[in-house]
Amino acid sequence: MTELLSASIAGLGQGSIYALLALGFVIIYKAMGVISFAQPALMMTGAVMVSYWSPKLGFWPAVVLAGLAVTAVALVVERLAIRPMVGKAVFVIAIITIGVDIVVRVVTGMFIGTDALIVGDPWGLDRWNVGGVIIQQRHVAAFVAAAVIVALVAVFFRYTSIGLAMRAAALDQEAAMAQGVSVGVVFAVSWGMAGFLAAVAGVFAAAGNPFDQNLWIVGLAALPVIIIGGLDSLLGAVAGGLLVGVVEALVRNYHTDILPSVATNTGPLAPYVLMLIVLLVRPYGLFGTKEVERV
Amino acid sequence: MTTRVKGRPELYTAYAQDMAFLNTRPKQVGVLVIVVIAAYLPLTLQDDLLKILGTGLVLAIGAIGLNLLTGFAGQVSLGHAFFVAVGAYTASWIAGDPDGRTLGLGVTFLPVWILTAGLVAAVMGALVAPLAIRLRGLYLAVVTLALVIIGGFIFTEWRDLSGGAQQGRDAPVPVVLGADLTVDGAYTQEQKLYWLFLVVLVICAILARNVARSKIGRAFAAVRDRDVAAGVMGVELTKYKLIAFVLSSFYAGVCGSLLFVANGYFGPERFSGGMGLLLSVQFIAMILIGGVATISGSIMGALLIAALPRISSELPSFLSFISTSSTDHPNVAEVEAGLYGVLIIAFLLFEPRGLFGIWHRIRTYWKSFPFSY
Repeated sequence: MTELLSASIAGLGQGSIYALLALGFVIIYKAMGVISFAQPALMMTGAVMVSYWSPKLGFWPAVVLAGLAVTAVALVVERLAIRPMVGKAVFVIAIITIGVDIVVRVVTGMFIGTDALIVGDPWGLDRWNVGGVIIQQRHVAAFVAAAVIVALVAVFFRYTSIGLAMRAAALDQEAAMAQGVSVGVVFAVSWGMAGFLAAVAGVFAAAGNPFDQNLWIVGLAALPVIIIGGLDSLLGAVAGGLLVGVVEALVRNYHTDILPSVATNTGPLAPYVLMLIVLLVRPYGLFGTKEVERV
Repeated sequence: MTTRVKGRPELYTAYAQDMAFLNTRPKQVGVLVIVVIAAYLPLTLQDDLLKILGTGLVLAIGAIGLNLLTGFAGQVSLGHAFFVAVGAYTASWIAGDPDGRTLGLGVTFLPVWILTAGLVAAVMGALVAPLAIRLRGLYLAVVTLALVIIGGFIFTEWRDLSGGAQQGRDAPVPVVLGADLTVDGAYTQEQKLYWLFLVVLVICAILARNVARSKIGRAFAAVRDRDVAAGVMGVELTKYKLIAFVLSSFYAGVCGSLLFVANGYFGPERFSGGMGLLLSVQFIAMILIGGVATISGSIMGALLIAALPRISSELPSFLSFISTSSTDHPNVAEVEAGLYGVLIIAFLLFEPRGLFGIWHRIRTYWKSFPFSY
C-alpha cells in the first residue's frame, strides 16, 4: 500500500509537468487550431537557461528570467515562422513547428555540450517519509507550482479582457475579428504563454537529476497527454497530464512484477499505449468536443 | 480511336491522352534522357558519391510511399520510420544467416526478401489502419508518432531479431542469379548496388505514377481535398484510406529492406526514440522539399536529403565559422541537423510546392515566353 501511494505521488509530480506542457499545447490549439511540435524544444531551452543562470542569480530569479526569455523566443518564432502561414492548412503549420523544434533543439544543444547540466533547484532528491510513504520534495514543488499556474491561467481567461478576447477567437475567429478582437495579439499571447509554461515545465522536469538532450523526450510525452485529454480542453490537459503521470509512474514501479522478461522499463511507453486505448473508446479524447460535420 | 494532332502537343482529343503516363513528347524524351544519364553515372562518378546517390534512390522509394499517403491522400503520418523498420527487419530475417547470432532463414535471393519486406510492412499498415482511419489531421499525426515510439521499443527489446541496442545485426545480402552484389568484381560494390537501387526505384516510381493517375489516385485527391464531400460523392472513405495506408507501408517496407544493404549492418537505435522520429521527419522533409503530391518531387527531395550530410561536411571549407571538430560550436553535425529544420521552414514559407514548384515555374516561363503566364 505504501509502495502504491509513493508511486502515485511521484506520478502526480511528473503529471504536473505534463499538465503544464499540455496546457501550452491546448492554449495554442484553441487560438489557431494547430499543434505546436516546438513545445518540447522550448521546454529544453528553459531548463538549459536556468542551469546557466541559477549559479549567478539564484534559482528563483533564474526561473523567472528563463520563463521570460523563452516567452520572447516563442514570440519571435510565432511572428517569423507561424504568422505568415495563417489561413494555410493546419498540417502545413504543424510541420513548420516541427522545423522550428529542430532548429531550437540544435541551437540549445550547443549549450549542453557533452556534460550533463543541473538546474540547481533547492530540492534535489530530498524526501519526506510519512508513515512509510516516500514523498519527494521536487514532486510536491512541481504539483504546487502547477496548481498555482493553472489557477492563474483560469483567472486570466475568466477575468481579463485579453483572456475574453482569446476565448472569443477560439470560438469563432471571424466573428471575433468583426467585434474588434485583434487576432494577431491573440496568436502572440497564446504562443508567449505556451513558451512560459514550457520553460517552467522544463525546470521541474530537470529538477533533482542532471539532464542532457534526452530531456526533450519527456516533452514529447505531452503529445499523448493532449490527445487523451482532448485537444481543445484546458481541463482535459490538466486531468490528462495527471492521469498519464500516475499511470506512467505505476507502470514504472510495477514493471518487474508485470513483465519480468522485458529488461527495459516499459514506463515511458505507458502514455502512448494509454493514448491508443483511450482513442479506441473516445476518438476525441476524454474531454474534447466531438467534431460535428455539416454538409 | 482519336489521334494526336501533329505540331500541337497541348491539344488533347481524348481524356486518355491527357492522363497518359507521359502525356507530352518532351516529357517522354526528358524522362528517357534522365534514366539513361542515371544509369550511366556509376561509370563516371567516385564510389563515395555513388553511395550517397544510392542511399538517395532508396530513400526516394520510401518518400514516394509517404507522398502517396500524405501528399495524394492527405493523411499526415509521422510513423513512416516504423514501417521502414518493419521492412528492414523482415528482409534481414529472411536473408539472414540461419546459424548466426540473430534470427535468419537464409533465403538470400533478392526479389524474395524485397517483396516479403514490402508485404509484411503492408500487413502492418492494414493492422494500424482501422485505428488511423477514424482519426483526422493532427490526431492522426500524434497517433502515428506513437507507432515509432512503441515500435522502436519492441525492436530494441527483441534481441533475437534486432541484435539489441549498441549491437545491431547484419543487413540482408543482395544475391541476384547467384552473384553477391556486395562483393567487388568487374564492377565495384557501390556501382552494382546503385544499379540495383535504380532498377527498383524506377519500377516503384512507374507503379506509383500509375496509381496516382488511376481511379485510386483521383479518389485519394478527393479524400484529401474534402473527405466529407468525397464521401457524399460516393468515394468509399474507409476503403481508400485503407488502400493509402497499405500502399504507403508497402513502399516503406521495400525502402527499409534496401536501406542498410550498402552498410551491411544496422542497429535498433536507428528506429527508436528521437532517432526514429528524426527518420520520420526526414521523410516528411523529403516530400515537402521535393514537392507534395508529385512522384518526381519525392525523388528530388530524397536525393537532396540524402546529400545533406555530405553538403554540410563540405561547408567548413566555404564558411570558416563552421568547425569540423565535434567539441566546437557550431560544428558540422549541428549544421546538418539544423539544416533539416531550416529547409523545412524555408520551403514551406517561400516555395510550398517544393523543388517541383521551382521546376514548374521555370518550365512555365519558357513555355509561355514572352508572356508571363
